[in-house]
Amino acid sequence: MAEEKKKVEVPLPKFPEPDTEPFWDAARNHELRYQVCDDCGGIVFHPRRHCTHCTSLNLSWKTSKGEGTVYSYSVVRQNYHPAFRERIPYVIALIDLDEGFRMLSNVVGVDDPAAGVSIGQRVRVEWLDFEGASLPAFTPA
Amino acid sequence: MATQQRDAAIVGIHEYPDRSVDGLTPLQIKAESAARALADAGLNWSDVDAIYDAGDGGPQGMAGLSISEYFNIKPNVIDTTSVGGSSYEFHASHAKRDIAAGKARVALLTYGSTARSQSFNIGTGGRMRGGPPSPLGNMEGSWGMTLISNYALVAHRHMHEYGTTSEQLAEIAVVTRAHAMRNPEAKRAIEELELMPAVREISVQDVIESRMIADPLRMLDSCFISDGGGAVIIASPNVARDCPHTPVWLLGAGEATKYPENGGDITHSAAAQSGPTAFGEAGVTPGEIDIAMIYDSFTITVLTILEDLGFCKKGEGGSYVEGGGLAFDKPGQPALNTDGGGLSSNHPGMRGIFLLIEAARQLRGDSTSQVPDAKLAVAHGNGGMLGARHSAATIILGRD
Repeated sequence: MAEEKKKVEVPLPKFPEPDTEPFWDAARNHELRYQVCDDCGGIVFHPRRHCTHCTSLNLSWKTSKGEGTVYSYSVVRQNYHPAFRERIPYVIALIDLDEGFRMLSNVVGVDDPAAGVSIGQRVRVEWLDFEGASLPAFTPA
Repeated sequence: MATQQRDAAIVGIHEYPDRSVDGLTPLQIKAESAARALADAGLNWSDVDAIYDAGDGGPQGMAGLSISEYFNIKPNVIDTTSVGGSSYEFHASHAKRDIAAGKARVALLTYGSTARSQSFNIGTGGRMRGGPPSPLGNMEGSWGMTLISNYALVAHRHMHEYGTTSEQLAEIAVVTRAHAMRNPEAKRAIEELELMPAVREISVQDVIESRMIADPLRMLDSCFISDGGGAVIIASPNVARDCPHTPVWLLGAGEATKYPENGGDITHSAAAQSGPTAFGEAGVTPGEIDIAMIYDSFTITVLTILEDLGFCKKGEGGSYVEGGGLAFDKPGQPALNTDGGGLSSNHPGMRGIFLLIEAARQLRGDSTSQVPDAKLAVAHGNGGMLGARHSAATIILGRD
């Protein structure tokens, strides 16, 4: 992880940003958090101040077990952004967490991205630590 | 058909011919295109009383006001809806509504872009995370998702659920290139911008052998980046009656949005919502459509939208596009993107206006891949990211 800490050019979350700051605060402790509405029980993700299912403003943070399934993915083979260009080829994916929310992330820890990642594959969270933020990525379970 | 409304029509069009401009600004391209479209309609700046603008002329502040001053028009209606590549279908929908309501008589829509001259890496520039903190940037900006890889998420899921193949997606690029080769301006673009594999028609094999950019989408599944622009004049029936060209009526319009949803299905786009609204208002069915102008940022965009608009069932898009039936000279299926589309004619970033322009050319009888006696067209714009948040608007066009 020490090596990765040097790659400060990876675009990291910026603050102040009140909606998402609690998510990223927890991420520094390697906790993957999402919101549940106290009034209707609906899951809210991306993080917000209001419930997107009912008119409630009463949301609670929960911690995910970090286990889920690959909903879809792509192997990125061209990106002009310098921080990502050096990682090519890498996998972006939509992950359906078992608690019922979907997030964009990377699937890491596979030798051959084209052969090692598939839709429906079970994955678990793997934290990538950078200076100032920890990013949740996923690895085959 | 008896209830079909004919309350607004396209009476003037212009497509800026060059794909690589030399020193012009987007504002200048917009103004020249507007002037030529007005001339095409037999109208003048002073006739324009409604402006629709996506802000592509650049950040001047006071959206709608500054562009009106630049053109020297004094509109009663200003609409600055800016929702990506479909903005022009939204504008056409709003112009139809405003003219029908008697708020305007002559509406002006313009587009100008120098994306190529300025070397925007639209599809593969990463989500660069410039600008101030934002919720969206914070939740999606750190994983290296390019625009094309977002569309690739839809393609992979479509393949997984319905067995769609890369060869089927390639058919869309093949038929679009065949139409481009009949369009001198598109042909010149392919030559000047050195699009692979040179100035010729392409085969499914060419597409499959082109470089993988974001699995499963390849170079020839993708639109290319050009400069360009255009303008469309939409007018009331009273104005249209005195214009030189046959009016191209806006018979129906539908608008929709879609976002990433927990548990959502990304193989359905917002077209599934905007399509039925537009077809319902026009009182026509997809089976009656002669010309399908479908936003082709990537091949998967077209496949998904064809299904969502009801040209075939969800999941059957692959077999629907097989066999070249979407070519202009094949009866039985609509002709797809007869100008050569974003895949092979031009894509300056937001090409929705060209869908309206080519639909109008077809219904006037002026296309370079003219469908004999074309009567009905659909123009469907898609803006944003197909696999995430996107906007969609469907316009049904017809002639008398």
